[in-house]
Amino acid sequence: MKQSISQIKNSLKKKSISVEELHDEFFKKAKLNYNNAYNLITDKAQNKSLINESQKRYDNSNSLPLDGIPLGIKDLFCTKGVRTTASSKILSNFTPNYESFVTQQLLNNGSIFIGKNNCDEFAMGSSNETSHFGPVINPWKNKNEPNNNLVPGGSSGGSAAAVAEGSCVASMGTDTGGSIRQPASLCGIVGLKPTFGSCSRWGIVAFASSLDQAGPLTNCVEDAAHILNSINKYDFNDSTSSNHKRDDYVKDLNKKFEKKIKIGIPSDYLKDVSQDILNQIENAKKVLSQHDIEFIDVEFTTTEYALSTYYILAPAEASSNLARYDGIRYGVREKGENLDDIYLNSRTKGFGDEVKRRILIGAYVLSAGYYDAYYRQAQKVRRLIKNDFERILRDVDFILTPTTPNEAFKIGDKLDPISMYKNDIYTVPTSLAGLPGVSIPSGLSSNGLPLGIQFIGNYFQEKKLLQLAALAEKELAFNE
Amino acid sequence: MSNNWEMVIGLEVHAQLKTSSKLFSSSPNQFGSEPNENVNFIDSGMPGMLPVLNFACIEKAIKTGFALNFTINKYSVFERKNYFYPDLPQGYQISQFEFPILTEGFINIDNGQDQKKIRIERAHLEQDAGKSIHDIDPKYSFIDLNRVGTPLLEIVSYPDLSSADEVVNYMSTLRQILMYIDVCDGNMQEGSLRADVNLSIRKPGGDLGTRCEIKNLNSFKFIKQAIEFEFQRQIEVLESGGSVEQNTMLFDTNTGETRAMRSKEFSHDYRYFPDPDLLPVNITQEQIDKIQPTLGELPNQKLDRYISELKIEKDISKIIISEKENTKVFEQMVNDTEVPPKLIASWLVGDIFAFVKENNLDVSSLLEKTKVIVELLKLISDDVISNKVGKEILPQVLNGENSPMEIVKKMGLEQVSDTSELEKIINESLQDEEENIAKFQGGSDRVLGYFVGKCLKASKGKGNPKLINELLLEKLKK
Repeated sequence: MKQSISQIKNSLKKKSISVEELHDEFFKKAKLNYNNAYNLITDKAQNKSLINESQKRYDNSNSLPLDGIPLGIKDLFCTKGVRTTASSKILSNFTPNYESFVTQQLLNNGSIFIGKNNCDEFAMGSSNETSHFGPVINPWKNKNEPNNNLVPGGSSGGSAAAVAEGSCVASMGTDTGGSIRQPASLCGIVGLKPTFGSCSRWGIVAFASSLDQAGPLTNCVEDAAHILNSINKYDFNDSTSSNHKRDDYVKDLNKKFEKKIKIGIPSDYLKDVSQDILNQIENAKKVLSQHDIEFIDVEFTTTEYALSTYYILAPAEASSNLARYDGIRYGVREKGENLDDIYLNSRTKGFGDEVKRRILIGAYVLSAGYYDAYYRQAQKVRRLIKNDFERILRDVDFILTPTTPNEAFKIGDKLDPISMYKNDIYTVPTSLAGLPGVSIPSGLSSNGLPLGIQFIGNYFQEKKLLQLAALAEKELAFNE
Repeated sequence: MSNNWEMVIGLEVHAQLKTSSKLFSSSPNQFGSEPNENVNFIDSGMPGMLPVLNFACIEKAIKTGFALNFTINKYSVFERKNYFYPDLPQGYQISQFEFPILTEGFINIDNGQDQKKIRIERAHLEQDAGKSIHDIDPKYSFIDLNRVGTPLLEIVSYPDLSSADEVVNYMSTLRQILMYIDVCDGNMQEGSLRADVNLSIRKPGGDLGTRCEIKNLNSFKFIKQAIEFEFQRQIEVLESGGSVEQNTMLFDTNTGETRAMRSKEFSHDYRYFPDPDLLPVNITQEQIDKIQPTLGELPNQKLDRYISELKIEKDISKIIISEKENTKVFEQMVNDTEVPPKLIASWLVGDIFAFVKENNLDVSSLLEKTKVIVELLKLISDDVISNKVGKEILPQVLNGENSPMEIVKKMGLEQVSDTSELEKIINESLQDEEENIAKFQGGSDRVLGYFVGKCLKASKGKGNPKLINELLLEKLKK
């Protein structure tokens, strides 16, 4: 049984374990890199002073909220002096001279980074198979085919696998269309995507700026609340950062809701899903109904358009966001006869197929003559999707959905992009609306693989959302 | 043959805004630093870096909006203009496209006697790019990113201009206004103000022709040359039976010729879309209202005031208002003293500017000297010294050697206005002049000038000419 951040902190406070012993325990496991969850593991020497400082704070009884906690960091966050690759060849030699806002908050709160977690290249993928550093393996096995390696989901697949294999206490991921929630679900852990605008994007390698959001992948809801307390801050340097008052997400996490709450279950999400998936929703409904929670059937009118909208808007932004990787100032530069050749060769060799596919789609939907039909239209549909959520959230406090349409699948199993994109069908609409969503493990499939359910809350209502998730977690008792 | 053709010109003027930092980053916005000195992680397009709007640029745009009679849009949107070039580190330029901050303005230009209204379609904020330097090394190109992200206001006129002179007139009027309102330093050599010229030709009254765009002209001379060359080129193409292709042209400053850089077929598809890193700009009426009082007097308003209130000749007024620094010096002097503005103005554009020019000084250096200049002019207007003496000692005054009064005293140059002393000089001068006196009394006025001159000479130039005149008349009429 894995220990929560609170439990670990108690042990550190009681001196039943030292910060260094704690670090070494996780460090040794990470070093094995058994599931290829890490692109880089931080040298112990590099963390030595942080370990010592942390220990000193425990000795002086003035420890910080995440003091000494070993974390994994998705290799999309720029970390000062530590190689940051976005799992791409083109950035495989890039070491930033600055620390992302979010990881800086984590450092400020005493945590120690075990390493940089593998992910899909530039966070584009749903199985962690697009990484230049190879696929990540899901620590879980199908009990009927125990010899097959399964995907951990993506794009934060390395983060999810690292937490699931126990080589870090928690990992920072990013979610653009489901990249935290989907891998959390496939690896049987908790994944939280906060409201867009909660956690600064400053220093995170950009995929789709209007959708990207940092969030934690953790063993339990309480750990997610601990991390969120550290990273959820206004940042002047991110113009889309919201300047609202933040809650204490740990405080009152297990408090009962004061009044009856209503949860909507979108019937349109549950068409054509497997019995395994349906069982998760039914089970959650059953255990939560004992708690003065009312379930209401709701229906979206826009769900079927969400994926196509997403796969216009996200590539459009990506095609522009990735223009800076040209081999000129940093990153890998390939030789060329002239400037155009350098661009062509560097980008052809530097980017993988999925990234190139999305750059092409993005350039196409923004090009003259197609802009109105694709990009502008998609923006309008995005607005309708947002309106759809707002309409439903006027009647209910939360929405409950499956996190993914299926369990973890075999590496190499889904070769055509469309079937891969469909993995995010339940997470993409929330991302387009900018709403917060949390995936918690809800049970096992008939193959013995973890499945997750997703709760969606209203804008900036992470506190209530985590309270609900904590309640469901307790009732579902997945970890026990 | 050009008599049969007329040109139709629209201008895109890029004005670098005078702000302390860049449009979306806190790097200094200044010219002349060491290469790549004013570059931070945002400017160099590092992964994960985000733009933050410098509101000072919005304020400058609003100011320009008032000065150029624009509609100031409370809602505007920054978009990305995507293209690859090594001096564009982000791979896109952040600019305004569908929703610019300023639309539908105009200015009046002075075409000698009458005024012509030049309509301006729009003005939008955008980032400048860096500089690629290809001529230092035979093998390598060099990149200087200092200019990356410098705020630009692109001011796009309607095709209301019809000659090279008119274009220069429009651009210099624009430059003057932008400098007055402190939006742009107007330094064309440093590239603070540059223009793209869109030119087509047609027969009078005929349909508009196909236009060519001449890029990046940064002096009035080049603008004129480029327009004249391109005009002739298009005429030759059409007269020889060809047709003008819609091209982007470069002006070669060495040959004075324009040549095609790329044709429309190869034109970029910039794939504009709203920058998702930035929120739309929403400005409030209060923010707009706060800017208006900071505008100050515009050049044409000053001109009107100088002529009607200060009673200064139009030509002299025009010289003074041509540069904002001139008006600062002038107005500082006018406000400091009772000396008539007209006297100050004529001295300023005359001997004082001549001194500044001869000594290679900035007009602004006079700001520290207005007190002594005014003292000098006061001595003249009070008849303490003559105009002539004033001119003589001006260099000493401007060199700050001594106060004007001290110089005058030291050199014994005070004008003699003492009646008895002057009478003595007059009496001496009239001795042995019976013949001329008789001529005067016989009606010859010209003799008076001769006597005044003689008296002035006798006073070593210090006699007050006006008094001498009066006293002479009195004496001679007896």
